[in-house]
Amino acid sequence: MHSSPELLLEARGIRKSYHKDKIELPILRGIDVGFVTGEMSALVGRSGSGKSTLMHLLATLDQPDSGEVWFDGARIDNQSRARRDHYRNSQIGIIFQFYHLLPELSAIENVLAPAMIRRSVLGYLRDRKSLRLRAEAMLDRVGLLTRSHHQPSEMSGGEMQRVAIARSLMSDPKLLLADEPTGNLDTETGATILSLLRELNREDELTIVMITHDDSIAETADRCYRMCDGLLEDNASDAAKNSRSNSAKLETVAA
Amino acid sequence: MYRLLLCFRYLRTRYIALASIISVTLGVATLIVVNSVMAGFSAEMHERLHGLASDIVIECHASGGMPDPDAHLDEINRIVGDQIAGSSVSVHVPSMLGIDFNGQLITHHVNLVGIDAETYDNVSHFGRYLLHPDNKESVTFDLREDGYEESREGFPHSGWKYRRDHARMEKAWEAERKRIAELSREAARLASGKPQKDSPEMVESDGPTIGFGGPTLGTVVPEGIREEGAGDSPVYFDAETDQYPGIILGIATCSNKSRDAEGNVRDHYYCRPGDDVRLMFPNASDKPKVVNQKFTVVDLYESGMSEYDSTFAFVRLDQLQDFRGMIDPISGTTSVTTIQLKLIEGADLNAVRDALRQRFPPDTYAYSIQTWRDMQGPLLAAVRLETTILNILLFLIIAVAGFGILATFFMIVVEKTRDIGTLKALGASGSGVMSIFLSYGLLLGIVGSGVGLIGGIAFVHNINDIASVIEKITGQEVFDPTVYYFTEIPTILNPFTLAWVMAGAIAIATTASVLPAIRAARMHPVAALRFE
Repeated sequence: MHSSPELLLEARGIRKSYHKDKIELPILRGIDVGFVTGEMSALVGRSGSGKSTLMHLLATLDQPDSGEVWFDGARIDNQSRARRDHYRNSQIGIIFQFYHLLPELSAIENVLAPAMIRRSVLGYLRDRKSLRLRAEAMLDRVGLLTRSHHQPSEMSGGEMQRVAIARSLMSDPKLLLADEPTGNLDTETGATILSLLRELNREDELTIVMITHDDSIAETADRCYRMCDGLLEDNASDAAKNSRSNSAKLETVAA
Repeated sequence: MYRLLLCFRYLRTRYIALASIISVTLGVATLIVVNSVMAGFSAEMHERLHGLASDIVIECHASGGMPDPDAHLDEINRIVGDQIAGSSVSVHVPSMLGIDFNGQLITHHVNLVGIDAETYDNVSHFGRYLLHPDNKESVTFDLREDGYEESREGFPHSGWKYRRDHARMEKAWEAERKRIAELSREAARLASGKPQKDSPEMVESDGPTIGFGGPTLGTVVPEGIREEGAGDSPVYFDAETDQYPGIILGIATCSNKSRDAEGNVRDHYYCRPGDDVRLMFPNASDKPKVVNQKFTVVDLYESGMSEYDSTFAFVRLDQLQDFRGMIDPISGTTSVTTIQLKLIEGADLNAVRDALRQRFPPDTYAYSIQTWRDMQGPLLAAVRLETTILNILLFLIIAVAGFGILATFFMIVVEKTRDIGTLKALGASGSGVMSIFLSYGLLLGIVGSGVGLIGGIAFVHNINDIASVIEKITGQEVFDPTVYYFTEIPTILNPFTLAWVMAGAIAIATTASVLPAIRAARMHPVAALRFE
């Protein structure tokens, strides 16, 4: 267990199950993991290993059955809804496999979305100029300034993901959560996205937590955690055995 | 900010929602049209009913009427004098109108009213419904030279000019008839070889066989009815230069509307200003006898209310009192049957009526004291009820449209599930997401009812053109002038009505978006993000 002060984001004993017809499906079975400030970490695992669920918990999009999430020295998973909304809006950035841009808005409006969500109409109108400048700077950063008035439907996948990155940088977050950022892209485009993330990590000292199923991508990260059956692999051996014996039991019952 | 931006964008890109709001638009437009036509109709009715009847009418049911109207008026002034703006007395008597039309007698029951032309116009609109433009200004019971509404389609040539021509032709016919009779007598005498001999009976029998008759009422009116003569007319009455006492007939008593082969409405007149008519009515004595009196039609009265136009005939009050014997020969006091009062602006009709009823209790006096609303109450109530029911029905239509909006909004929320997840991942609160859809519903309501408002107002402004287009297409008369007496559809746009129709429609559209908006707000972000 890490307890060094450099940890920006930390998960302590996270458990999470889904319930379906009274059958409990454990997804996460006690995860302890910390992400060091300024590092680019990767969480690797096969489909169904629980890595996406873990990311949702880290982003407070969902709440753990037990365990705690700590960000920048404060527990966040038990905060009020408004506090968690603010955490997602201003303190972290999230990018997704399927980009999740709003199709009705142009590139620059998508980048401005977090700023609009944070402000009232009047507040937004007051800060309009500076926000627009910042959004343009973010688009410039990802190399898409010339396309700022294009709709998402007029862009390629790589371009949409770059707009999504620009959006996640809008609030100047300390942490970037990336859920399979290259999962929907070809290798070459994926590589440019990865080098962009790496660049952001180096130049802006942005802490990045990246989820992927691709080992080759995971190897580019500073640190790599492997997940399997809802546990981190370093200390997963015992639990994995348990799990196997459990399933063996289930099979005998079924038989 | 994102809420406004998003709901404006949704408005621009989701045409399905605009389709669902069309029913609101149509509902609002229909409500506006219906309300303004009903308001116009009802205002027109009020105007006409009130214009014809004075504010308060005191009727005496006795045949001889109430004696000494001046004393009555003094008494009324003593009781409610501060509320009275004008008064007029008149004599109402049921009578039979006889019109000679191409040698046939056309009879009609009319309510003969003797009026004082000057004061009568103060208590109700009378002059403005007359045909002659000068009579509209000041009523006279003398026949005018000409200038009756000749622009009106089918209205015959009228006035002194017509009367002279007609009388001259009549005389010429008479002379010709005499000449023919003379000739035929001569021929008969020659054929039989008998010497010349006068046979006046043959002249009598020859007359009516000739098609064009003119005023030959004398032969039709039964014997035994007292011939009153021509009032103060000279002993020898010459229709070319003289007239009988003037009478103003309700237009429907002497005309009928019908449709020709092309479907156009035409008026046919049995008599016109310048013609003579005969009236028979009871006198005021205890043993009533029929008074049989000739009048000359001096104008026609068209109020647009068939009830009035088909039953009223107006003559001079003093003449009618004279004919009926309502002037006391010794004292010279006159009697009237009706007192009409006009009240000042803002006076309480019912309070004045009740005060008068207290002074003239119905147990003692054979008077009926009514306001014009009492007399036309059922009609006015029927119009009000109709308006209310139509409003309820049309609002139900908009409510049905609300369910359409509800369904469409659920679809849109499902379609936007991933975007809702995205917004929540970006830190939007549940109430923020909810307000997107609520303001979207509000905006749709405003747009839908706004378009409906503009459409409805445009429709109302051009309703008569639209009606004529519909008539052309369907060949069916939308607004039948033979039934309604309106040449145009009356409309009134009441800003208050417009406002509450708008507010109601917007409220329905917003209410319909509440459930989908709650659903959007409650959506779990993870489930929404995973939604394919």
